[in-house]
Amino acid sequence: MKKLLKYVITDIVQNKIVLVYTVLLLVISLSVFNLENNSAKGLLSLLNIILIIVPLICIIFSTIYIYRSSEFIELLVSQPLKRKTIWLSIFTGLSTSLSLAFFIGAGIPILIYHADATGLMMILMGLFLTVVFVSIAMLAAGLTRDKAKGIGVSILLWLYFSLIFDALVLFFLFQFQDYPLEKIMVVLSFLNPIDLSRIQILLQMDISALMGYTGAVFREFFGNNTGIILSILGLILWIIFPLMISLKKFKRKDL
Amino acid sequence: MIVAKNINKKFGKLKALEDVSVTFSKGECIALLGPNASGKTTLIKSLLGMVVPDSGSIHFNKEVITNKWKYRSQIGYMPQIGRYPENMTIANMIDMMKDIRTRCNQQYDEDLVKGFGLKDIMNKRMRTLSGGTTQKVSASLAFLFNPSVLILDEPTAGLDPLSSELLKQKILKEKQNGKLILITSHVLSELDDLITEVFYMQEGKLLFHKKLAALKEETGEQKLSNAIAKILSAQEA
Repeated sequence: MKKLLKYVITDIVQNKIVLVYTVLLLVISLSVFNLENNSAKGLLSLLNIILIIVPLICIIFSTIYIYRSSEFIELLVSQPLKRKTIWLSIFTGLSTSLSLAFFIGAGIPILIYHADATGLMMILMGLFLTVVFVSIAMLAAGLTRDKAKGIGVSILLWLYFSLIFDALVLFFLFQFQDYPLEKIMVVLSFLNPIDLSRIQILLQMDISALMGYTGAVFREFFGNNTGIILSILGLILWIIFPLMISLKKFKRKDL
Repeated sequence: MIVAKNINKKFGKLKALEDVSVTFSKGECIALLGPNASGKTTLIKSLLGMVVPDSGSIHFNKEVITNKWKYRSQIGYMPQIGRYPENMTIANMIDMMKDIRTRCNQQYDEDLVKGFGLKDIMNKRMRTLSGGTTQKVSASLAFLFNPSVLILDEPTAGLDPLSSELLKQKILKEKQNGKLILITSHVLSELDDLITEVFYMQEGKLLFHKKLAALKEETGEQKLSNAIAKILSAQEA
């Protein structure tokens, strides 16, 4: 596993896209912090950018990378290696390099300009989102052999988690606005890793008061340590489930 | 050494392998023959665990290979079309394979690396290599670890006559060392002095599996190509 990981990471770093991604994040975070004289405001702007860009880049880059290394995978499968090792090495390689890119590009500026609990929570959630979307990409790329289809599925999944899901929830809220939905909202937010991260960061920012009664319920559920642990567990499940399904598929795949 | 029992494999509606049973024993050099799309490569890939058969079992040294991976350290595989990570150089490739496959007391067999003159182009990236050079790398990698089984899928396709002859000599040498060698090829004339058995497939089914000597005797032909042609026309009649 270690040996393979070394080659996967070397290959990803040679790819340069990860470097571009790091620089992009760095430029965004530095400019956001320097534009606002209040670093808390800067953090809020950064939040929205991170919640969109990190999942997008992670899922698309990982999907393309997996398709691009189909030759490499084919070669490895004919060697004395476990399929599980191969698949997990690719996953670990992708998550490590993208997490590192996020940490350097966004983590370090946050630590420099706004190193409090909110900043730390944002770094943690950014890292979680990175790994979650690498895992979802492994699933999308494992589902179909057709590259165009696979990338299409990834883009749709990203669109679903960033926009469509929220639209559906809003629609649902308006349809059933006569009923008390606050508790259901808590459950629903577990169905979307981006929402989970957003809620955790917003609660740290102490602006949940702006979210009305639902905000209060969120505060009550997510705001304490149990809530934080539960949402982290939720995110971990979001990493494990797609990865396990894709691994199961990969073990039976014909190459 | 390799025993397959009643293997079936379907790709969608296409039956790639239909009830194929076979025994390959040590020291033999077997030609897998058959028209295009007759299931040769699928059979090879099933032996390597790259394709998972729908039913049937494959044994390697009496052990079932399903979900096993260690047995592959005894196999050297040269694919029909070698596909390698584009950004790696030949040296990177060889180092990586050594890194992955090395067992203790490993002796590397670098005859082909030297013979093909790969040492001079070690720093070329895989994507810049011509088809023939890629074949040379594939062949070198297959022989590098002294495996007891060699599986060569169209080994000489795309090689120049000189390299092709070099590879043939190497195969002969390994055959004398008592290794099991499986070759698929469409150039029957070059197989004449290499092989000891013929395994002929058609539309995913095994047509016949005979010793070369027996085949020649049966048909009264001296050349493999003529012998095969005779058997096929006899079957059609």
